[in-house]
Amino acid sequence: MTVLPFDFVPLWTVILGFGVFYYVLFDGFDLGVGILYGFAPDRAARNLVMNSIAPVWDGNETWLVLGGAGLLAAFPLAFAVIVPAVYFPILVMLLALVFRGVAFEFHYRDVEHRTFWDHAFCYGSALATFAQGIVLGAFIQGFQVDGRQFSGSTFDCFTPFSLFTGLALLFGYGLLGTGWLIIKTEGDLQNWARRFGRYCFIGVLVAIVVVSLWTPLTEPYIAHRWFTWPNIGFLSPVPIITAVLAFWEWRSLNNRSEAAPFIGAIGLFLMSYFGITISLWPMIVPYKFTLWQAASAPSTQAFLLVGTLFLLPVILMYTGWSYWVFRGKVRADIGYH
Amino acid sequence: MSTTVATFSPLLLSRLQFAWVIAWHILLPAFTIGTASFIALLEGLHLLTRRDVYFRLSNFWTRIFAIAFGMGVVSGIIMPFQFGTNWSRYADATANVLSPLFAYEGIMAFFLESAFLGVLLFGRKLVPRWAHFVAALMVALGTLFSAFWILAANSWMQTPDGYVVIDGRFFPADWLRIIFNPSFPYRFAHTVVGFYVTTGFVVIGVAAYYLLRGRFAEESRVMLSMTLWLLTVLVPLQIFLGDQHGLNTLHYQPAKLAAIEGDWNTESRMPLTLFAIPDQVTATNRDAIDIPDLGSLILTHDPNGTVRGLKEWPRDQWPPVAIPFFAFRIMVGIGLLMLALVAASWWLRARDRLHAVWYLRLCELASPLGFVAVIAGWTTTEVGRQPWTVYGLLRTADSVSPALTGTDVMLSLAGYVLVYLLIYPVGLMMMARVVRRGPAEAREEPIASGRPEGPVRALPVAGTEDSP
Repeated sequence: MTVLPFDFVPLWTVILGFGVFYYVLFDGFDLGVGILYGFAPDRAARNLVMNSIAPVWDGNETWLVLGGAGLLAAFPLAFAVIVPAVYFPILVMLLALVFRGVAFEFHYRDVEHRTFWDHAFCYGSALATFAQGIVLGAFIQGFQVDGRQFSGSTFDCFTPFSLFTGLALLFGYGLLGTGWLIIKTEGDLQNWARRFGRYCFIGVLVAIVVVSLWTPLTEPYIAHRWFTWPNIGFLSPVPIITAVLAFWEWRSLNNRSEAAPFIGAIGLFLMSYFGITISLWPMIVPYKFTLWQAASAPSTQAFLLVGTLFLLPVILMYTGWSYWVFRGKVRADIGYH
Repeated sequence: MSTTVATFSPLLLSRLQFAWVIAWHILLPAFTIGTASFIALLEGLHLLTRRDVYFRLSNFWTRIFAIAFGMGVVSGIIMPFQFGTNWSRYADATANVLSPLFAYEGIMAFFLESAFLGVLLFGRKLVPRWAHFVAALMVALGTLFSAFWILAANSWMQTPDGYVVIDGRFFPADWLRIIFNPSFPYRFAHTVVGFYVTTGFVVIGVAAYYLLRGRFAEESRVMLSMTLWLLTVLVPLQIFLGDQHGLNTLHYQPAKLAAIEGDWNTESRMPLTLFAIPDQVTATNRDAIDIPDLGSLILTHDPNGTVRGLKEWPRDQWPPVAIPFFAFRIMVGIGLLMLALVAASWWLRARDRLHAVWYLRLCELASPLGFVAVIAGWTTTEVGRQPWTVYGLLRTADSVSPALTGTDVMLSLAGYVLVYLLIYPVGLMMMARVVRRGPAEAREEPIASGRPEGPVRALPVAGTEDSP
């Protein structure tokens, strides 16, 4: 085995951290749009809602594969412990994503069963979101580990806290989804999106407050991270910025600005992401293994890095271009119909 | 161990679940890899000859390709998570060696999808003809790259090389030897040509379907004739590659080969067992039909050659013999049937009777044969690898996630079974609809897959964007 003097772990942490956040944001808004689809007032509105994400959803979802394969490649120990521990949420998420994914196509090709595929799209999006929220909650609470393997029960991941984070993510993705719809629609539909955005925002605000209190109260590790001197001093911008963002988000959902609700929602997600990262750093399997303990061999990380550094920027550029192509308001005559 | 416990063990159920999700998934690459290359060929021919029929055929097959590719992506997302949910000890032990191969497959497939599939599906009017051909070529190349990485990983599990073992885990020592491990070139060639043959038989089946009903005569004649010429090369080539792959297996995985052949005892002048019912318990074949000496002749290219039987190895290293034994015979049987069909085409062509009704009927019936052969071949090599996940080094029993219970896996397996049984028929129905409509209409119909026809309308039409 070649001994490489370079520590690849920080670089892979940044790449994977970016990848996970990218996935949460992008599949987040299109899963959110999928959830809102079920509440849309009529067929015409539903078509517009679905078409607003039709060109981009499959690209967004592919990041899930990159995230899964990336975690396996960069931090295999984390993959081997976490994924079996969240066996059922992962199963439900995968099956829900299958339904939701084929619903795009089948919904307009299989007209005889349109109501069925409508439900598949909406409930599939909601279930996948709820399952991801449970994974997040279970992750924050940590896993029972024996040696290098998960040793608890497959049902351990279902706790009051993880069910709460599941619910919280429904509101979170909902908020991202309404932010996207406000950009992509106009008139009555946009007003409808603003109204649902306000509902989701209230849910998100409650979730942020509850999680911020719940986690330090139950996890001494997290309490110690936030509430000891000097941490409490230089971490205080995190809640302050979050509060400012929340205020701004509420205002922009109530005035006429079109891009601000989406940007504000991204900001709130980013601050929550920072919050969780600060709480758990440097753990990748909370309270058991650090990033460095879970990392793959330097030779493995180096081998994959070569291709990633070349292919990832190209993928991002192309993705940016395809969003540019589909910019502007969604029209009834473009997309699936 | 009682039968009930054995039947509902998380190990067996996890194996069934993996077999279930991969068997359904592999059908899609088996078709899309062939179709992508076929479309690139049609585009190339169109560019060269300017014949309109190639253009219509390319559009037609691209529509079918789009549906299959979309389903391939959706069923493919499930695959990498299986290593975590059900095979976490395997993941922990092999990740340092195998994970970059899986990751490269994902990232390259994504790269191809984002960069060239859009142009292939929606860019007909936006880019010059040669650029559309290049896009088709790149998509075909991309599907081959995907196959390259996945089969490199799979081959490494069959014939591991270029690694060191530290504390029961594999670490990379030489990436070139990991990727180009001993069985990889054979497996890659045999699989890709198998996928091409599979697609070829679908194409002649569709052509025969139209000819028998008197529809799309020009398109069908071109499809039938051209594909039968391709199969004239590919089917014999595939049989040759299969033989070479078999010799490679004999060298590196002799116990698997003994199971395939149904050889229990080590013998010189080994017969070739055409048919038998292998009995694992008594280590004998019942009702065997043997051809004397032929086994030795095929495997060692010498009638007196010694072929090792399963009794050379301890019983706990035997694969379940009957499964690879029968699966192999199904695969080879289909290969011979295909060869007969292709040979019949030479005879008919010489008499200018290629469109004889009986022959077209046979072509129609033969169209799903490739898929059966692919599943049978895959079963042969994967079940033949048992009881190992990494051949001779890591047992399947030591690969499964330790915390799983039988009930857990029973529930997840039931979920996968239900969902696949719903999704696949609907997908197949949609492809059948495209076939029923036929190539003539392919021109007017916009292609819809994961992406809508949006880009075509949203973008300025090529040529007009330069004007001020």
